Amino acid sequence: MNTGYDALMGRKNDIMKRAVGIDYGSFEGKNISFDYEKMMMEVGYSLDEIREIQRASAVGDTPLIELKNLTALVRQFSDPGKGARIFLKDEAANPSGSFKARRAAVSVYHAKKLGYKGVMAATSGNYGAAVASQAAMHGLDCIIVQECYDSKGKGQPEIIEKARKCEAFGAEVVQLTVGPELFYIFLQLLEETGYFNASLYTPFGIAGVETLGFEISSRMRELTGKDPDMVVVTNAGGGNLTGTARGLLKAGADKTRVTGASVNLKGLHMASDRDFNRKSFTTGHTGFGIPFATLPDRSDVPRSAARPLRYMDRYVTVNQGEVFYMTEALARLEGLERGPAGNISLAAAFSLAREMGSGETIVVQETEYTGAGKHIQPQLSYARENGVAIAIGDPSEEVPGRSIIIPSSPALIKAQDLDLEDMRKSLIKNLILNSKEAGRSSQQTVRLTERDYLFLIEESKSSREFVENTVKVMESD
Amino acid sequence: MKSRAVEGDWVRIHSVVLKPGERAGHLPEDTKKVPLEMWNKGFLVLPEFRESAVVGDEVEVKTLTGRKISGTLVEIHPAYTHSFGSYVPEIASAGNKLVSLFRSRKGGMK
Repeated sequence: MNTGYDALMGRKNDIMKRAVGIDYGSFEGKNISFDYEKMMMEVGYSLDEIREIQRASAVGDTPLIELKNLTALVRQFSDPGKGARIFLKDEAANPSGSFKARRAAVSVYHAKKLGYKGVMAATSGNYGAAVASQAAMHGLDCIIVQECYDSKGKGQPEIIEKARKCEAFGAEVVQLTVGPELFYIFLQLLEETGYFNASLYTPFGIAGVETLGFEISSRMRELTGKDPDMVVVTNAGGGNLTGTARGLLKAGADKTRVTGASVNLKGLHMASDRDFNRKSFTTGHTGFGIPFATLPDRSDVPRSAARPLRYMDRYVTVNQGEVFYMTEALARLEGLERGPAGNISLAAAFSLAREMGSGETIVVQETEYTGAGKHIQPQLSYARENGVAIAIGDPSEEVPGRSIIIPSSPALIKAQDLDLEDMRKSLIKNLILNSKEAGRSSQQTVRLTERDYLFLIEESKSSREFVENTVKVMESD
Repeated sequence: MKSRAVEGDWVRIHSVVLKPGERAGHLPEDTKKVPLEMWNKGFLVLPEFRESAVVGDEVEVKTLTGRKISGTLVEIHPAYTHSFGSYVPEIASAGNKLVSLFRSRKGGMK
């Protein structure tokens, strides 16, 4: 069979269908809409089933820790009566060292149930280690495909560490230089091996995170007598936020505000060979967070189950220097040494807690493991080797790719709000344009069915009026 | 590093997957100019007439999942050399300053 670039990409849908075992067509509406809840219900598992699957593979039920010293620190810089109590869900306690074990546990369980011989994932992040760990537990073969090096063969220390961890669990790791053609290699391997695609974006992957939201609500009720007022979730592909929010809702925590947080990497191009080694975060950043939120179906499956704008109440960014600083603060004041990428939501929460009342609570929803390569020091010294200036000062002056500014005082940590309304408009436009590109509606004027309207309202967590106005502006453009 | 690899040795190989002209559209200029490269690890598979291979040779390996692939031998018994990096004075001093600030606050340690 022809495995050339165009020929293979032409077989994309067939390969994917075989590799995830989902007929996405059965959830499609006529025009723009698709039935998201039906997909989640029919393809996924119930919350109870997932808790059982995860418990059987030692995943979940991680500690929820009150960060009393960081709360006291926040109050040192807050107005009287302000400074929410900060709690942290220690997801590093999962078998592979991050919350991603929750997603992998369900995908790998499902792959085994369907009789696949092996599983595959395309990821440079913690998800690779999670899939590899679960594959080891279930006795399946595993291949992880990573974007790892620039054209000079220089690799991000954090990604190299994750390759080591995958190999420690017995996975085969395929490492590539920068570029979106990683997907081509991934398809080639799926076709060659017939393995299951443990995509981050299937209903299994998202349902796996629902237990995290559920556990947060249950434990907070035990500890404080109520649901948390806010949960902060690091946002990249959107699955972490979507799953956590769904889990909170399933627990009945419908008053809890869900805030997304990403590292600000504005100005850096994700597919640029030069920019690749000038960023210190390989995930959890705006380079994934914004494009995936405003067009979830850009992922490796036809319909992504990660749809963060359905659930997000607020979306903030923090700078790289702020996250490194909070990683140091967590170790020095709370005695918890954890990986920097897992502390993005911690940095955001530290800032948000200052605005909240002292009777309120805020939950940082994850941590991740740390080690050689995946640690403040190697990540900062690597940035310096690659021409990024490291300084102490005001982190708001940080320029991604040029500088990392460690705050000279914790008072300078300030999460910046992104314009969610603007993102909701982009999402609506993208969903309409995307369906046109797929040839499902070719009129100049946008004709939406009643189902499309309802779908767009849910997708953008907005109102009929908001969708109608966005469409009007779109037509006049 | 071992200088010659024999049949069954764990090695690392390199290959070019797409040459600059074959790469996908819509790439930033800097990425378009360079090839897409790949690195794999596996157990060395030598043809019957060959006893060993050295770095730079074109070889075949059998990967952990049993796939047979070829490329240029780049490392024999590949090791992990990533580390905790160099000392970063800025982060160390920020940590020390934070602890003093916290301990000096009204009421002291709780």
